[in-house]
Amino acid sequence: MYAQMVDTGTKRLKTLEEMSPEERDFQEKVDAETKIEAKNWMPDGYRKTLIRQISQHAHSEIVGMLPEGNWVTRAPTLKRKLQLMAKIQDEAGHGLYLYSAMETLGADRDEEIQKLHDGKAKYSSIFNYPTLNWSDMGAVGWLVDGAAIVNQVVLQRTSYGPYSRAMVRICKEESFHQRQGYQILLDMMREGTQEQKDMVQDSINRLWWPALMMFGPHDDESPNSQQSMVWKIKRKSNDELRQMFIDQTIPQLEFLGCTVPDPDLKWNEERGHYDFGDIDWKEFYDVLKGDGPCNHERISTRRKAIDEGAWVREAAVAYAAKQKQRAAKAA
Amino acid sequence: MTQQQVLQEYLLRLADSDMILGQRLSELTGKAPAVEEELAVMNVALDLVGQARNWYEYAAELIDDGRDADKLVFLRDAHDYRNLLMVEQPNDDYAVTIARQFFFDVWHYFTMKSLVNASDERVANIAAKAVKEATYHLRRSSEWVKRMGDGTEESHRRIQDAFNLLWRFTGELVTPDEIDQAMFEAGIGPDPEQLKQDWFGMVREVAAQATLTTGEEDAWMYMGGKRGEHTEHLGHILAVMQFLPRAYPDATTW
Repeated sequence: MYAQMVDTGTKRLKTLEEMSPEERDFQEKVDAETKIEAKNWMPDGYRKTLIRQISQHAHSEIVGMLPEGNWVTRAPTLKRKLQLMAKIQDEAGHGLYLYSAMETLGADRDEEIQKLHDGKAKYSSIFNYPTLNWSDMGAVGWLVDGAAIVNQVVLQRTSYGPYSRAMVRICKEESFHQRQGYQILLDMMREGTQEQKDMVQDSINRLWWPALMMFGPHDDESPNSQQSMVWKIKRKSNDELRQMFIDQTIPQLEFLGCTVPDPDLKWNEERGHYDFGDIDWKEFYDVLKGDGPCNHERISTRRKAIDEGAWVREAAVAYAAKQKQRAAKAA
Repeated sequence: MTQQQVLQEYLLRLADSDMILGQRLSELTGKAPAVEEELAVMNVALDLVGQARNWYEYAAELIDDGRDADKLVFLRDAHDYRNLLMVEQPNDDYAVTIARQFFFDVWHYFTMKSLVNASDERVANIAAKAVKEATYHLRRSSEWVKRMGDGTEESHRRIQDAFNLLWRFTGELVTPDEIDQAMFEAGIGPDPEQLKQDWFGMVREVAAQATLTTGEEDAWMYMGGKRGEHTEHLGHILAVMQFLPRAYPDATTW
């Protein structure tokens, strides 16, 4: 979810008969819900797809700290500041944890980060939107972490063991963040001034559609989904996940006493789901291409941090080497 | 000044230094030189703001004028802030961030270690938790000083420059005024003479291991934070930090 449109590199699915014995063995394991571990044989496409997906997910955790960093210095109470700092710290931890899961597949963290900085790797489109008022910290927790959880709960059953286990841990923390985010909004709606209530509605107005875009394009526009589903990297389709998210979020929205900017949103008794309006896919693809409100700022901030920090990392490496040498001499 | 007023003043110093350094560190969100450092920086910042809250809550109870910890943080102007000038200095490059942290951590560690034995039980309890965190902070910043000092030519130059740049703010850490003296005499604060010795001892030891030189003890020192006379930076820090409560004075909940 923090991963969108992950390329699997396959044009069409192979049948079991067309597969090599190794591939067939692998696919049968996946079909039997046996987790694939780092030491197991896996198709090259599976490995590459996972590296792309997990790195996107890790990049999203790290880039996702920036819109929150925009407000952590302005959090209005000690309690909210401490909560937000803890959330940001968790996200850095998730990033590290995911990069480690990715490295079990033979990928290199620095190389993958370089791809991000060169514009060759993606992160979730949502983080290219600005955080413009304090209640965005609530709305991001509620909607963005909320959307992420819908996807990640399903990913706990993903076929790759290290990724699946990372998801179990991350989900626990994310649902905590989501509740905190919702509480920020609820407190302002219940006890806040009119200005604060307007802030909350403004946040939802701006973040609602971008949150729905987090699930990626419609299933029929998502050419890589099918292979990912067969490999059980993905377990539910984009549209299914989006619907789940909307269905669980609208009652919470109503409890807040807020609205979403979608005149077509209504409960469909027959389907047992909410109907909703068309997503502006042009905006989605624009943002994905780099033409979103904050794409430039996000990447240039990340690039600057890593480039300007190069001497720090080099110092650590040089010092460690000297220490090792000294220890060897002393021995 | 009554004994209690002296204690209030002292608590605000502890609280404000923690708070402002925590605020400075949180400015680094998403901008640290490595993902591991994102985690470490936020961890230290979180500890400091958490400690600040404990000190503020105690101070607010003693002051007892209707202000709670939040009001002390978000509605006092710079001249009422009592933090050390060191902690309000900008992050600058990572060498300055680390040098600032190191100089503070040495002071913080020895101060907390001493406050654990304070005659005031509440102070002792808060310090008992804080000293554990301060121990880790000091270990981390000392390690970075050594890595930078004894790392590459560039890192050595940068951390030495940072030491030189910030040296003028170290005097305030170890120069007692009447409040520090009174707190010591009341059996709460550290022995100023001992604190000074410990601070120089530790700083010189780490600097030597890091192949760095330190300034002179009798160098000119920029002081005044503890009295509310700050550098120009603090006003800007507060302008950011206090924006929401100031802009929405009618809001009673966030």
